[in-house]
Amino acid sequence: MLASLGYGALVITFLVSLYGVGAAIYGVTQNKASWVDSSRNAMLLTFPLLTISALSITLLLIQMDFQVEYVASVTSRSMPMYLRITALWGGQEGSLVFWAWLMAAFASAVTLRDWKRDREFLPWVVVVSLSTLAFFLILIIFFENPFVRLWQSSSGEIISAVWQPAGTLPFIPADGRGLNPLLRHPGMIIHPPLLYLGFVSFVVPFAFAIAALITGRTDDRWIRVTRRWTLWAWLFLSLGLVLGGRWAYDVLGWGGYWGWDPVEIAAFMPWLTGTAFLHSVMIQEKRGMFKHWNMFLIILTYDLVIFGTFLTRSGVLSSVHSFAQSAIGPLFFVFIVLTLTISLWLLVRRWAELRGEEQINSFFSREAFFLFNNLIFMAILVICFWGVVFPLVSEASGLIGQAIPALSNVFTGQKITVGPIFYERATGPLWAGLLVLMGIAPLSAWGASTAKTLGRKLWLPTIISFIPAVVIFFLGVSGAALLAFWLVSFVTAITLYEFWQGVGARVRTKGENVFAAFWALVGRDRRRYGGYTIHLGIVLMAVGIIGIEIFQTETQGTVPIGGEIALGDYLVRYDSLADFNTPDGRNVARASISVFRDGEYLTELNPRRDYYFESQQTMTIPGVRSSIEDDFYVLLVDWQPISTQSATFKIYHNPLVNWLWFGSVILIVGTFVAAWPEKDRAAIRENKHLRVQAPASAD
Amino acid sequence: MATTLDAQPIANPNRSKFILGGLLLLVAVVYLIVSSTIAGAQYFFTVDELMTRTDDVVGSPLRVSGAVIGETIDYDPDTLTLKFTVAHMPGDQALLDEEGGLAEALYTAVNDPDRTRMEVVYVGVKPDLLRHEAQAIMAGTMGEDGVFYADELLLKCPTRYEEAAPDQVSDN
Repeated sequence: MLASLGYGALVITFLVSLYGVGAAIYGVTQNKASWVDSSRNAMLLTFPLLTISALSITLLLIQMDFQVEYVASVTSRSMPMYLRITALWGGQEGSLVFWAWLMAAFASAVTLRDWKRDREFLPWVVVVSLSTLAFFLILIIFFENPFVRLWQSSSGEIISAVWQPAGTLPFIPADGRGLNPLLRHPGMIIHPPLLYLGFVSFVVPFAFAIAALITGRTDDRWIRVTRRWTLWAWLFLSLGLVLGGRWAYDVLGWGGYWGWDPVEIAAFMPWLTGTAFLHSVMIQEKRGMFKHWNMFLIILTYDLVIFGTFLTRSGVLSSVHSFAQSAIGPLFFVFIVLTLTISLWLLVRRWAELRGEEQINSFFSREAFFLFNNLIFMAILVICFWGVVFPLVSEASGLIGQAIPALSNVFTGQKITVGPIFYERATGPLWAGLLVLMGIAPLSAWGASTAKTLGRKLWLPTIISFIPAVVIFFLGVSGAALLAFWLVSFVTAITLYEFWQGVGARVRTKGENVFAAFWALVGRDRRRYGGYTIHLGIVLMAVGIIGIEIFQTETQGTVPIGGEIALGDYLVRYDSLADFNTPDGRNVARASISVFRDGEYLTELNPRRDYYFESQQTMTIPGVRSSIEDDFYVLLVDWQPISTQSATFKIYHNPLVNWLWFGSVILIVGTFVAAWPEKDRAAIRENKHLRVQAPASAD
Repeated sequence: MATTLDAQPIANPNRSKFILGGLLLLVAVVYLIVSSTIAGAQYFFTVDELMTRTDDVVGSPLRVSGAVIGETIDYDPDTLTLKFTVAHMPGDQALLDEEGGLAEALYTAVNDPDRTRMEVVYVGVKPDLLRHEAQAIMAGTMGEDGVFYADELLLKCPTRYEEAAPDQVSDN
């Protein structure tokens, strides 16, 4: 019953989406406003419809209706309620419905905005949103249907079908297979929704960009409308990536958080173009330049979002994350090619109208630094893309070798992959370049700026930034790590200096106290100071990344009870091992170890190994002692039966890694500051007016 | 450069400066990509391909995948040395589909005595997913003794309900 309801809602949503696309195009071409309104209503209708569908799956999951194949594949009787609910995005079919539901929510929210000043965009925003939605509904309804049920024919054969085939009876498995234990982690419960939120919310700026291209309203209106959407999208995507890293760190048990896995990169690529876009739209707003480029970036981001969903969902690349392999790959490919072609064609058609209003005059101007920032982000994107497709390219290049025998030794068609070394080596210098720009750019001016004016602002914070670097040098750090730490302190010094100067000026001129001045300063230009706060967050994250990437140490050893293993200043003592079964279907082996540092007792840790009976899978859960300084991370690798009582541990020392997680919190704060709706809309219009008057002012 | 408008006539020399800067960046990126590809490249082989050309590939970094034969798994927790044998299985998806999907292909591979087999040695934590009929994707080097020395081990375990269960990475 519920399955039929959910499936019916999906089909109706699909029809409504198609109607909406048709009505919007008809309305706008025939100039019939009522049809456009009707398409808007269609857009609004998709959200409650998909809510019914998503709720149906959720209820089926809660009730553990194992006749539904999806429910049987991701839940089991022993799973607690919250995991049964979140199993909605635990498998392929459910997660696609979840994707579509979020998409409908965002698109509906957009159609509810006040369209008075940009009504011409409305039908095209509806067309783009509903087309994207319809594409995902095709995937769900025809290929990845979560409402497929199991039926048993008289000969005992199990058939999966939505509706009962003739001569069959419902087949209800006694228990489900259960959600993969690796996914039963708080990080994994929030990670996919955040990533999907990031993905779908980038559809909104894309829809406005396309609307601008089609209508020919190619001023920066579409950018102003979507600025906040883009920021939220970027925040969700960033947090999705960070939480994914946290999950890997806690669950996968290899002492790392990022493995340059193709699917990680798939989610990372839209982040790269999205970040470049966030920066370059500012140039268009301030200086009327880079209009083609911004269009191109948002089109690219949209298709990378689709590509990212495709990579995670098609199993085209062997990877840690390819949970699901299915036949939807070619469809994604066609959709990507189609949307990319149409979007780029629209862009070329408006090429002349999108010409820049000004040119870059100085190497040291703000816009020049933004340009370099964009180029570097693009370079990192190209490197990532190259790494992901290289195995496919190297294999396909065999065709050249076959066609031209002389080249058969060069193009052997041998599949070649590139590992993390490739990415780290190729992107490392570029990240350093980005840090340099992140430091210098805030001090530069729009328009004309010379080395001299820049240098005058730069010298003091630069000198200050050497102080921590010198301290770190005397602590024994050198080489690339020293350079990296100096860059971090360089950016931090300049960013704090900017805050300091702003506050100082207010204290002097307005006589406010420091806190009031700080509050007013940030409040008056939240975008700027929110941006700086995000930069500080990124820099803190960089500290964590440098710490674990360069200074991680590890050891392993097998010891009897009472035995000790040393790593650096640390010493662990193996005290005991408990082996027991839990009511939720696990066998747990849990070690107790004491951690000492410089001979002093710190804490007890309990690394453990869970064995899930139903899925016959084991899971290694580390014992971790976290501090601002480092993580001490212990894995229970193996243990002997009670007779010998020895156990094997693998131990990692991860310096500074918690700064990575802490920095991401600062990043959230910064984004909130930058994206929070303005209180006084009249004041903004006033500001905008002023901006037009003085376009070359220093921000 | 006084004001924006005055700067227009001298925009051209600037333009060439920017083009030069862009080209330098391009050259740097191409260099980074090419040199890093060479540094990070791993050849992807099947067991068959690897065992027929052992001599050519000894010592160079490569990747190979095979079906794990359960009874050969031998783990010494004192030295963290893991030894097991894998059987040849097809490398690309189309061939896997021909054999009836990953689970079927793995089943066929381990039960076919005529398949090429290869010994693997891996030092490190024994991965949770290492078991009979799992697909092992290994990165490492071929030893002169015909044994594959893996320093990275990734496993896939297809299950009854879902075609592919999540994999797990082990890194050294």
